Amino acid sequence: MSKKTIIVFSGDYDKLMAAFIIANGAAAMDDEVTMFFTFWGLAALRKPVGAVANSADKSGLQKAFSAMLPKHAEKLGLSRFNFAGAGRSMMKKVMKSENVMTVAELMETAREQGVKMIACTMSMDVLGIGKDELVDGIEYAGVATYLGEADESNVNLFI
Amino acid sequence: MSATITELKSIASPVVVDARGVSCPGPILAAKKQIGGVPVGNVMEVLATDSGTLKDIPAWCRKMGHDFLGSFEEAGSIHLFLRKAK
Repeated sequence: MSKKTIIVFSGDYDKLMAAFIIANGAAAMDDEVTMFFTFWGLAALRKPVGAVANSADKSGLQKAFSAMLPKHAEKLGLSRFNFAGAGRSMMKKVMKSENVMTVAELMETAREQGVKMIACTMSMDVLGIGKDELVDGIEYAGVATYLGEADESNVNLFI
Repeated sequence: MSATITELKSIASPVVVDARGVSCPGPILAAKKQIGGVPVGNVMEVLATDSGTLKDIPAWCRKMGHDFLGSFEEAGSIHLFLRKAK
């Protein structure tokens, strides 16, 4: 058994698909997988709108950032041809007809397979995202934790 | 070294995993899910329609330590055979 580490920096829907497909593939090949979510990638871990408690201790700018950031993995935009979300909707339509898993489904499968997901606490602070706004069952850490995991890994990706 | 189609077809009652219609990484996820229930030494057959599976199942077998026996395509389906080695 070997180990894979993936840094998820991007908040683009298509890049998240790639990250989660690799993570799921590696887990299905009996590898240990750690995904480290930082900056825009954190949006993928957000709970759907409505499930989020109101964090009263955010500054004005933090509130602005967290309000602008997509509220759920399925609300993320494409890195190209997004057209304010229309491109993503069209792509999801094609994905459905081709039986391609959505990011939400890939994330669920990754959890079932024991993929470890870590949220970067520094970027959570910068973007004004509280732990109560992220999905359950994830860990919280910083760069040293990621580097420690990467040291044991034989594939390391920055997506 | 892979088996001939006739040899593959003559394998008696392998465990069949139907991953037809699903795209990458569906077939290897399905294979991983089912292999646990296969006794060591027995054959598992994966059915797929995603052509990438022709390369992916052998790669999965190499990584997992199972013996890939071969594959054939028939009536729009890909049939892949492997023997659980451990």
